[in-house]
Amino acid sequence: MDQVPIGLNHYLMLSGVLFTVGIFGVLTRRNAIAVLMSTELMFNAANIALVAFSRFVTPAALTGQIVAMFTIIVAAAEATVALAIVLLIYRSFKGINVDRINFMKW
Amino acid sequence: MTEISLTNLTFYILSFCIIAGGIFTVSSRNLFHSAVFLVFTLFSVAGMFVMLNAYLLAAIQVLIYVGAVAMLMIFGVMLTTRLADVRLRHVNEQSWPALAICGFFLAFLVYGLWDTPFTVSGVPMPADTAHALGTLLMTKYVLPFEVVSLLLLAALVGAVVIAKKD
Repeated sequence: MDQVPIGLNHYLMLSGVLFTVGIFGVLTRRNAIAVLMSTELMFNAANIALVAFSRFVTPAALTGQIVAMFTIIVAAAEATVALAIVLLIYRSFKGINVDRINFMKW
Repeated sequence: MTEISLTNLTFYILSFCIIAGGIFTVSSRNLFHSAVFLVFTLFSVAGMFVMLNAYLLAAIQVLIYVGAVAMLMIFGVMLTTRLADVRLRHVNEQSWPALAICGFFLAFLVYGLWDTPFTVSGVPMPADTAHALGTLLMTKYVLPFEVVSLLLLAALVGAVVIAKKD
């Protein structure tokens, strides 16, 4: 293993790979809850990038950590409401495959 | 020398856990396995936060993501799907175009991020980040703090109203 010290670019690469995996899940999964899990992966990728910037670029100001904290809170609120919507969709459509949910009112 | 290599080793192990967990989360046919791999990935991200000296954020990650969001996902899985139906098609028709798009996107990101010189500051982190974060939340960021508490209340009420049987 090479002895390059781990820097900001390594963390940003990891964040980019995780974000791409999340995008792939959002684009391809049929189940609505799997799509939600993929969005959680994308939130985490963004958080890794934010905390890495906070560690390496502005270590004293801690701005990235504050923003990552707000991101986690908003993601929790989003997951709550989205799962309530998924439950409602399950009651109306008898299934939660997102490729069958193609009309908004009837 | 040895300290650097230990940091490198930890970083690569955690990265492997995060990326492998993410890939299994996205590609697992059983939705419950997806949820378990998601928990694994979120724990590894908490470890990565510890590597980045963000200890309070690692604790918040474990408490909120692993404790609340992942459990919510697992409840959602159990309430809405029949786990025995793993023979059902679990991806839509666009998986190959989506793979191509994601490959292009990842190549673009790698091309953009590989050697970009960021202005790295040599200032050390404050030793007590939890104390500094609490002070910042109560002074400089008090308005976003209040707004996000209102958002949580709205999400709570909204989830109850949306999901209740009428």
